Amino acid sequence: MEDALLLHRLQFAFTITFHYLFPQLTMGLGLLIVIMKGIALKTGSEFYNNSARFWAKIFAINFAIGVVTGIPMEFQFGTNWARFSTFAGGVIGQTLAMEGVFAFFLESSFLGLFLFGEKKLGPRLHFFAAFMVFAGSWLSGYFIIATNAWMQHPVAYEVASDGSVALTSFWGLLLNPWILWQYTHTMIGSVVTASFAVAAVGAFYLLAHRNEEYGKIFVRTGVIAGVISTILVAFPTGDGQVKNVLNHQPVTFAAMEGLFETQEGAPLVLIGQPDMEKRRLDNPLHVPRMLSFLTYLHWGAEVKGLDAFPEENWPTNIPLLYYSYHVMVGLGTMFIGIMLASVYLMRRGKLYSARPLLWILMLAFPFPYIANTAGWWTAELGRQPWLVYGLMRTVDGTSTTVSAGNTLFTLLGFAGMYFVIGMLFLLLVVKTITAGPEAALKSHDH
Amino acid sequence: MEIIWFCAIAFMLAMYTILDGFDLGAGILHLYVARNDEERRTVLGAIGPVWDGNEVWLLAAGGTLYFAFPLLYASSFSGFYLPLMIVLWLLMLRGLGIELRHHVHHPMWKTFWDTVFAIGSILLAIFFGAALGNVVRGVPLNEEGYFFSPLWTTFTVRPEAGILDWFTVMMGLVGLATLKVHGANYLAMKTTGVVQERSRRVASFAVWGVLALSVATLIASSSIHPEIWTNYSEHFWGYIFPLVALFGMGGMFYFNRTKQDAKAFLSSASFIGGMLASTAFGLFPNVLPASTDSKYSLTVYNTAAGEYGLGVGLIWWSIGIVIALGYFTYLFYSFRGKVKIHSDGY
Ligand code: HDD
Ligand code: HEM
Ligand code: HEM
Repeated sequence: MEDALLLHRLQFAFTITFHYLFPQLTMGLGLLIVIMKGIALKTGSEFYNNSARFWAKIFAINFAIGVVTGIPMEFQFGTNWARFSTFAGGVIGQTLAMEGVFAFFLESSFLGLFLFGEKKLGPRLHFFAAFMVFAGSWLSGYFIIATNAWMQHPVAYEVASDGSVALTSFWGLLLNPWILWQYTHTMIGSVVTASFAVAAVGAFYLLAHRNEEYGKIFVRTGVIAGVISTILVAFPTGDGQVKNVLNHQPVTFAAMEGLFETQEGAPLVLIGQPDMEKRRLDNPLHVPRMLSFLTYLHWGAEVKGLDAFPEENWPTNIPLLYYSYHVMVGLGTMFIGIMLASVYLMRRGKLYSARPLLWILMLAFPFPYIANTAGWWTAELGRQPWLVYGLMRTVDGTSTTVSAGNTLFTLLGFAGMYFVIGMLFLLLVVKTITAGPEAALKSHDH
Repeated sequence: MEIIWFCAIAFMLAMYTILDGFDLGAGILHLYVARNDEERRTVLGAIGPVWDGNEVWLLAAGGTLYFAFPLLYASSFSGFYLPLMIVLWLLMLRGLGIELRHHVHHPMWKTFWDTVFAIGSILLAIFFGAALGNVVRGVPLNEEGYFFSPLWTTFTVRPEAGILDWFTVMMGLVGLATLKVHGANYLAMKTTGVVQERSRRVASFAVWGVLALSVATLIASSSIHPEIWTNYSEHFWGYIFPLVALFGMGGMFYFNRTKQDAKAFLSSASFIGGMLASTAFGLFPNVLPASTDSKYSLTVYNTAAGEYGLGVGLIWWSIGIVIALGYFTYLFYSFRGKVKIHSDGY
């Protein structure tokens, strides 16, 4: 039984982590493509229009992989988490079904028009199609975040006679207070990913002295979107997330910060390794009193540590939770630094020849993926040992009839399949980037 | 309320089978009806802009099932664990086959993805048929409403049947044959020249297979599960569904002869719709009959979600489906007529 639980969790964690690599680019890039097409529509610049075409090619590949990896997610609630689905389906089934009915239909219909209909539709309608694809993906994000938010902070439900939960307020579910910061933070996180990706390709073209006109457009677009999004992701949205966790999941907060003991004037930990046996942080490097100040705006405030909570409610993997959180915040701080420096040089007209910074921009694109993944691990590990916070434990949610052996079989199957898919994705994206934006123009011309 | 949701989900599944059915069918056939690159691109061009949207009907039906009948969703998805996972992998491979083919211009790359697309489509058609077969035959539910079926055991229908036994395999073949005709009718409608000729020819042969296999499964299911006729004898109007299927069958023969491809396509669509509706009508109120003890059978009543949730759901669902049907009408309208292939795209 324990084995099966572990395998169910591993399979879900692996498949969702892999899936989320793709939608984050879809959602962010969708916005940037709309912006590029908007500029093209306004100024009539063929360069911007063709930039949009080039990124649409990458978008299409990314979207296809997002779709194929998304389909298993929808199924796994039933296949691997049958008791959870029986218990919570009446509530979260609403948002999941709405995602299908409202968002997926919209995205898939307009994507066809966007990718193949430029000539038929003309510039204005084509811009509209691009906008609808973007809107569909953000709507999709909303419904899925609403689902996750309910698991983090269940609202608008009552427990029915058979022990399952039933919905009591539709708007209560869709306007769960947890959603506000979670949604804005996640969406902006996806814009960070897309900004870095666009800037990285631009920096590559500039450094390699190819397609320099496009290189400049990409770097400029990426840096401007990047500086806005990297700041917004930390403040107010990241900060808002911290407040949510602090108010509703205080034990998670203590674990994220690596705070074992309740303290007045608690320090902010920058580096250190949680030692679960000795219940302390090894090799800590911290800023005294900073945590108290950041959370309560008061240097001497008391912050509750893990010792204030019964151990059975502690998150199950505190070290990984702590590292995930610190990786996300650490990277987020670095992103702000990179983008501020780039904007500064851009305003002084030196960015396109500042080779060291272009190198950094080119090589930085994987890190937003890591930050987004680490963020989700923070949220999901922090929710443990609960599957639905305060209502259902993760151990009680699995499918009882599916044996560990069968789950291992499918987990290995997914691992193999996703390895191949990942390779194909890289191959095709690299091919598109080396072919360059001129190729996008050519294939459009006839 | 439960009845409305039962109909809604049956409707979505029928939409899925009819819509994704033709692109599955195109996949089943394309190695045969389209022999060179240009012909294959024509076939893919005929389904390229719509296949993803078609597949969304499956996802949306799954989501709707989840929220309207949580226990049914949980029980059937965990019980059919292995076949579902295999279906997932096939759906993924098939999607990649369609989408990745045109990104590299090398014959080996194309041959590979064409084959993947064909194999994926063939196996999916069989699995979908077999899945329906399992629902008709019943599964070994326990008192909590869960079960687990291995892929196969002894290929007999009782006592410990696997997912695949002689009956469900037969249903799988019905699925394969039906979607083959359906896909052929679609391609005949959307293409010209040799592809169109070959598609018509396939349809004219395969429809005999559909007829023979359907009669055989009809006899088999009446002997395995005679209760499916009780609803019909109690509510006479139910015969309208088999009648629709029958007309569809007739139309498939007739319009194929007379080369009225669009009408032939509508006929195979109504055959599929009629058959699914007939099955649903026969099963109701059961949605997953138990082969262990009929009191464990899952029905629309013992699996439904709370009253309030189903009520609000009805509002947004109706709005959403009307909008979705609007998109589909527009999409099919803007890609109407025979396909022309471009150098980019499929
Ligand atoms: C580019 C990506 C990115 C970056 C730079 C950051 N985050 Fe983040 N963060 C996410 C991407 C993300 C995410 C992937 O969007 C998560 C996962 C789940 C969620 O709600 O958003 C997340 C979750 C998440 C959570 C967990 C919420 C929970 O437990 O439910 C907190 C407390 C923060 N973030 C706070 C921050 C702070 C204070 C940052 C300061 C720089 C920060 N994040 C940068
Ligand atoms: C918003 C939609 C999401 C929903 C509804 C969701 C739901 C779930 C469920 C049901 C589980 C299994 C039960 C459990 O272990 O608690 C789980 C676990 C997990 N999810 Fe999510 N998830 C979502 C998004 C994500 C994303 C995007 C990621 C990563 C990028 C992620 C990472 C994980 C991890 C790492 C686990 C395993 C945690 C553990 O078992 O300790 N989740 N999630
Ligand atoms: C466990 C949770 C999840 C499930 C069940 C799920 C399900 C799906 C499915 C079925 C698709 C394919 C849709 C199609 O055929 O058009 C998809 C794609 C998508 N998903 Fe997820 N998903 C999950 C997590 C997430 C998360 C956390 C996000 C973002 C916040 C997200 C955003 C998207 C977007 C934008 C798409 C559309 C295009 C793309 O894949 O790039 N999903 N998802």
